[in-house]
Amino acid sequence: MVQAINLALKEEMRRDKNVVLLGEDVGKDGGVFRISEGLIDEFGAERIMDTPLAESVIAGAAIGMALYGLKPVAEIQFMGFIYPAFDQIFSHASRIRSRSRGRFTCPIVVRTPYGAGIKAPELHSESTEAFFCHMPGIKVVVPSSPYNAKGLLIASIRDPDPVIFLEASRLYRSIKEEVPEGEYSIPLGKARIVQEGKAVTILAWGAMLHRTLQTIEDIDAEVIDLMTLSPLDEETILKSVKKTGRVVIVHEAAKTCGFGAELSATIAEDAMLHLKAPIMRVTGFDVVMPLPKLEDFYIPTAARIKKAIDEVMKY
Amino acid sequence: MPEKIIESCNIKRLEILDEKGNLDESLMPPLSDEQIKKMYELLALSRAFDQRALNLQREGRLGTYASILGQEASQIGSAFALEKSDWIFPSFREMGVYITMGYPLHMTYQYWSGDERGVKCPDNLNIFPVCVPVGTQIPHAVGAAMGVKYKKDKKAVIAYFGDGGTSEGDFHEGMNFAGVFKLPVVFICQNNHWAISVPREKQTASKTFAQKAFAYGFEGIQVDGNDIFAVYKATKEAVDKARNGDGPTFIECFTYRMSDHTTADDAIRYRPKEEVEAWKAKDPILRVKLFMEKKGLWSEKYQKEIDEKSKATLDEAVKMEEKIERPSPKDMFEFTYEKMTQRQMRQIKEL
Repeated sequence: MVQAINLALKEEMRRDKNVVLLGEDVGKDGGVFRISEGLIDEFGAERIMDTPLAESVIAGAAIGMALYGLKPVAEIQFMGFIYPAFDQIFSHASRIRSRSRGRFTCPIVVRTPYGAGIKAPELHSESTEAFFCHMPGIKVVVPSSPYNAKGLLIASIRDPDPVIFLEASRLYRSIKEEVPEGEYSIPLGKARIVQEGKAVTILAWGAMLHRTLQTIEDIDAEVIDLMTLSPLDEETILKSVKKTGRVVIVHEAAKTCGFGAELSATIAEDAMLHLKAPIMRVTGFDVVMPLPKLEDFYIPTAARIKKAIDEVMKY
Repeated sequence: MPEKIIESCNIKRLEILDEKGNLDESLMPPLSDEQIKKMYELLALSRAFDQRALNLQREGRLGTYASILGQEASQIGSAFALEKSDWIFPSFREMGVYITMGYPLHMTYQYWSGDERGVKCPDNLNIFPVCVPVGTQIPHAVGAAMGVKYKKDKKAVIAYFGDGGTSEGDFHEGMNFAGVFKLPVVFICQNNHWAISVPREKQTASKTFAQKAFAYGFEGIQVDGNDIFAVYKATKEAVDKARNGDGPTFIECFTYRMSDHTTADDAIRYRPKEEVEAWKAKDPILRVKLFMEKKGLWSEKYQKEIDEKSKATLDEAVKMEEKIERPSPKDMFEFTYEKMTQRQMRQIKEL
C-alpha cells in the first residue's frame, strides 16, 4: 500500500503543478513510513516541504495554501498527533466554504496513519475517525487496499472539499496487490461490496475489513467496505441490510460514540422493520488504547467477530 | 573559556507624529497632501462607522460588535500601505482595514447583524472573513504566503491580531514557519493593552511584543500605533520587503482599546478609568487634525464636509443593509460542501 500511495502522489504531482506536499520528515527522509520516498528528488524541496514540528500550522498553512489556489497534501505523522491540528480542521477547514459563501474554498487533503497493530509507542495506534465524521464540511476516507488507496487518494486530491485520509498503518506493508500505473480514481462517498451474501451484512473499513474477511469463510455474509465514512453511502448499506436483515459492524475505535453508533442509528431509522436480529457492534473497548503488549486484546479479534455473527444468526 | 555574548537584540520604536500634531520631518514617509487628507477622511469615516455600529447594536439592529475605537490609526495606517491584490487575514476587530480597502460598508453591517453573506469578500479584494478563534488566522496567512512564494507572485500577505493572540500556540507556530521559510508575510500586532480583562502585563513577560520576532529570526519593530504616519511607514517598508522576497516582518502597533472588548463586555469591571482618560489625549485622529491645521489642510468647513459625507455614506450603507432580506433557511445547506450530500438533501426537506 505504501507504493500505491506514493504512486498516487507522484502521478498527481506530475499532472498538476499546484499539488504540493508538506509535513514532518516528508522530504529527504521520505516520511517515517516512506510514503513520499523519492518524491523530493523528482519535485524538489519547493513542492515537498519538510516543515518544523508543528501540526496546527501544518494544517493551517495547508488551508492558507489552498485559499491561494494550491492543492496541498499535508501529512500528520501519526493520527495521535493530529489533535493540535483539530482546531484548524474544525474551526476553519470545515467551514471556509460556508463562512465565505463559496468565495474561498479549502481543497486540502490531510493524510495520516491510524490504527493499531504495529507495536508502536503510546498515541500511535488510535483510530479516532468518528471525531472527523462529526464535522460537517469535512470528508473522511479510509482505504483498505493498495488499489483503492491509490484511486481514493487521487479522488481526494481532486476533490473540491477538505478530506481527512486515514491510512491503516498495519496495512502499509502487509497487503499486496497489483496496482495499475496511470490515472484512475474511485469516487468518494461510495461503498464497495467486497463479497455478496444473503445471511448477514458486515460493515467494516480499513484494517478491520481484512480481519473480518479472514473470519467469515463459511458464512454467507455480505461484506461492505465503506471506504468513505463521510459522506456516508447510506444507499448501499440500507439496500444490503434490507436484503439480509442482520448487521454486524466491526471497528477498531472504542465503542461509545464510535462510528458504529452512527451506522446503527442510520439502520435503525431507515431499515428497522427489515431487521431479523439486533444490530451487533464489535469494536475496541472503552478503555485507553493499551501499549503493544496488550494491543491484540484490544483490537477486535476473529473470535469476537465470529461470536457476534453467531449471535445475530440465532434469530 | 570565558563566556561570551553570541547574540543580542535591539528593538526600535518608530514615532513620527506626536500628540500635539508635531511632525518629525526626517522620518515622514512620502505622502501627498491628497493622501494625507484621504487618510484623515478614512479615520473620520471609521470612527463614525464604529459609533454607528454601537448605536445600531443598542437599538437591537446589530448583534454583538467589536469596536475599533482608539485603534483607527493602526488599522488605516497599515491598510493604506497595501495593494488591493495583497491578501489580508484579519481577526474580528479590523473594520478600519475593511473600510480602507474599500470593502462595501453595507456588507460589514450585514455580517455584524448575523448574516454570513456579509463576509463573502468581493472578487476584487482578498480579505479573508472575520476570524473569531483568536490567533488561528495566523497559520492561514503563513500558508497563503507559502502559496505566493511558490507561485513567485509579487504580493504581500498580512495577518492582523492583537496582544492576546500572541499567547496562542498558532502565533508561535506561524511565526516560526514564516522565519524558517522566509515568507512574504507581515504580522501586524495591535497591542491594545487589553485582551478582554487581561492586561498586557499578564499576556507576556517580554518588555515588548516586537522582540518576539527576534526569536524567530526576523525583524520586529514597535510603532506608535496611534500615529498613522508611523504605522503607514513601517507597514509600507514591510510589504515592500515581502514583495521583494526579503522575508517577514513583525510590527507591534502600540495602541489602546478605548472601548469595551465587545458590546457584550463592560470594561469598567476590570480597568481603571484614569488609564482610559490618559489615553484620550493620545487620540489617533486628533493629532492628525492638529498637524493638518498647522499645514493649512484643515478647517471647520472641511471638517463639516467630511462629517456630512461620512454620515451620508453610513446612512446609505445602513439603508442598503436593512433592505437585504433574511437569507433563506435553505442557504445554510448550500456551502457545506461543493455538492450537497444525500443526507443533506433529505434534511433540507425537514425545514
